Amino acid sequence: MGYTENELAKDLENQEYKFGFVTNIESDKAPKGLNEGIIRFISAKKEEPEWLLDFRLKAFALWKEMTEPEWAHVHYEKPDFQDITYYSAPKQTKKYESWDDVDPEMKETMAKLGISMEEQQRLTGVAVDFVMDSVSVATSFKSKLAELGIIFCSFSEAVKEHPELVRKYMGSVVPMTDNFYAALNSAVFTDGSFCYIPSGVRCPMELSTYFRINEGGTGQFERTLVVADQGAYVSYLEGCTAPQRDENQLHAAVVELIALDDAEIKYSTVQNWYPGDKEGKGGIYNFVTKRGLCERNAKIAWTQVETGSAVTWKYPSCVLKGDNSIGEFYSVAVTNNYQQADTGTKMIHLGKNTKSTIISKGISAGKSQNSYRGLVQIHKSADNARNFSQCDSLLMTDECGAHTFPYIECKNSSAKIEHEATTSKIGEDQIFYCLQRGISEEKAISLIVNGYCKEVLNQLPMEFAVEAQKLLAISLEGSVG
Amino acid sequence: MITIKNLHASIDGKEILKGLNLEVPAGQVHAIMGPNGAGKSTLASVLAGREDYEVTEGSVDFDGADLLELSTEDRAREGMFLAFQYPVEIPGVSNVNFLRTALNEIREYRGQEAISAKDFMAMVREKSAIVELDPKLASRAVNEGFSGGEKKRNEIFQMAMLEPKLAILDETDSGLDIDALRIVANGVNKLRSEKNATIVITHYQRLLDYIIPDVVHVLYDGRIVKSGPKELALELEEKGYDWIKAEQEAK
Repeated sequence: MGYTENELAKDLENQEYKFGFVTNIESDKAPKGLNEGIIRFISAKKEEPEWLLDFRLKAFALWKEMTEPEWAHVHYEKPDFQDITYYSAPKQTKKYESWDDVDPEMKETMAKLGISMEEQQRLTGVAVDFVMDSVSVATSFKSKLAELGIIFCSFSEAVKEHPELVRKYMGSVVPMTDNFYAALNSAVFTDGSFCYIPSGVRCPMELSTYFRINEGGTGQFERTLVVADQGAYVSYLEGCTAPQRDENQLHAAVVELIALDDAEIKYSTVQNWYPGDKEGKGGIYNFVTKRGLCERNAKIAWTQVETGSAVTWKYPSCVLKGDNSIGEFYSVAVTNNYQQADTGTKMIHLGKNTKSTIISKGISAGKSQNSYRGLVQIHKSADNARNFSQCDSLLMTDECGAHTFPYIECKNSSAKIEHEATTSKIGEDQIFYCLQRGISEEKAISLIVNGYCKEVLNQLPMEFAVEAQKLLAISLEGSVG
Repeated sequence: MITIKNLHASIDGKEILKGLNLEVPAGQVHAIMGPNGAGKSTLASVLAGREDYEVTEGSVDFDGADLLELSTEDRAREGMFLAFQYPVEIPGVSNVNFLRTALNEIREYRGQEAISAKDFMAMVREKSAIVELDPKLASRAVNEGFSGGEKKRNEIFQMAMLEPKLAILDETDSGLDIDALRIVANGVNKLRSEKNATIVITHYQRLLDYIIPDVVHVLYDGRIVKSGPKELALELEEKGYDWIKAEQEAK
């Protein structure tokens, strides 16, 4: 028979995490806890230069003086930073020369994730830098990219091979003093991705990194740095899933994007980390700092589809420094059971004629809390700045919450700022209409939700959009029958 | 096609249908008229399987199947179509995506293969012409930003696409100007055949100038109280419903 709100609520509660499996690869890990010794251990393990060790130690000294932020609309037990393992690497540290050398178990893991690398390489032309725990184990398409002068490698490798670039740009957009978690990341980050597109080069393929937290109790502190030199273009994809856990896992990444004059960066994320079980036990804490800097005529577009994590604290932002620069933020955030998300963006208008667009779509189910928090800041210097924000919330049950915290600070009277917000409940009328046309409840929900998120999904590259739709379906699966 | 016997249905504990009997054979068009609150739209909702209504008594045979035992979507897959009085908007979902999903679900239910994109688009072109629907509307989101007339034409377009055995038109004429009314009625007439049946629910006789019914029924206080040829509609138009009420009260 037809499908009621209460049934949906019940079904959503019963839905278990799909990607709950653990890969058994022996780890080479640091003892638990955080002190200067551990930082020196990480740095030594990674054979880092002196300047980077100094960077870490300075960040650590700053971090010790800082306190955890409490302004977000989330409630959780604060992590015990002395109970975390800060370094863990798959034992096989040797890079694979060819795909055939890759550990079959690892291949299987990827197959379960539906991202068979062979298939990706052959069919989609996506270059994948697969990060399992903290060390990159496979990088593809590298030679092809190298022909164009594009650098796409693990962060550690970049430190070794391109220290001048890393040194120049690291911390230039997200300084180590930025916030508690950015400081922590700066002290203990283990690996991540680095990408540099030379002047005037249009990267011919989507660059993609799959992160995966794999070692019990290992915090992941990824660092990503993407630099598009003048007139360059790159589309960068980041996607995550994590195995099921009992204890909370902390993830505090830093992502910095730099778009120099006339450059464009599209940064797309599909995130599906373990959200905890239906009682709210376990799950990932995702405290991420993502920010991009736009120089003159540059454009940065963040697109994210967030379905996972127990607690999310994430505001991909744009600093529109150059005149005529453009910042965009497109987001779908799904929360279920006891998940909490406080996510949004900051658009900082400094240059003249700068434009920003914010489209945020929240979907709350179960007993979850979903908040949009956004800041639009127009500085004195930003003549004729323009912002459009749209924040929509969709409620699936009576027990969940949707919240909107939009902040607008305007110091230039020539600015035009628009803000639209809606809150709606998934309509029984819509579902009945679909059912009456012969469409099953499950497909109806999927259609309605995908339709609701369409403006955001449209921003994703094709292959990623398909994956994102699958994720949305998985997140809401069991919501029917 | 459909045989309704002694149907009782209520919503929130209030009985709306109070022992309704109705038989519509294949190849015929039956009109159901009646004053406000008689239960016309309730009948449409109950037959389509809207959950808010509880059927407390009676039976409905739909082309050999026990309709009341079927889920809402299976009723649709068995060939029942309801043209909504107030078509629902589904933002972000294109009409074609919606219809292709519906069509393929119905085909799967019937053990048929999914329709190819090419055949589907050809079908869209052919069927949208029946109701003079701009094919561009087919790629717009379902009913979103459609005018009242476009929404109703879209309902008949969907009906043409899904090729139901029984179509129930719930106040399809409401909110239509005379030109739109003619277009919608023409569409319905083109879809009439010996194999399907249509129930037209309407307040006004006007629609029946264009869709000529085989039988006109008067629904009053949850029951069919009078049935007759198409001339009955004219009589109702002329005399209103008071005489029906008086007749019933006299009983």
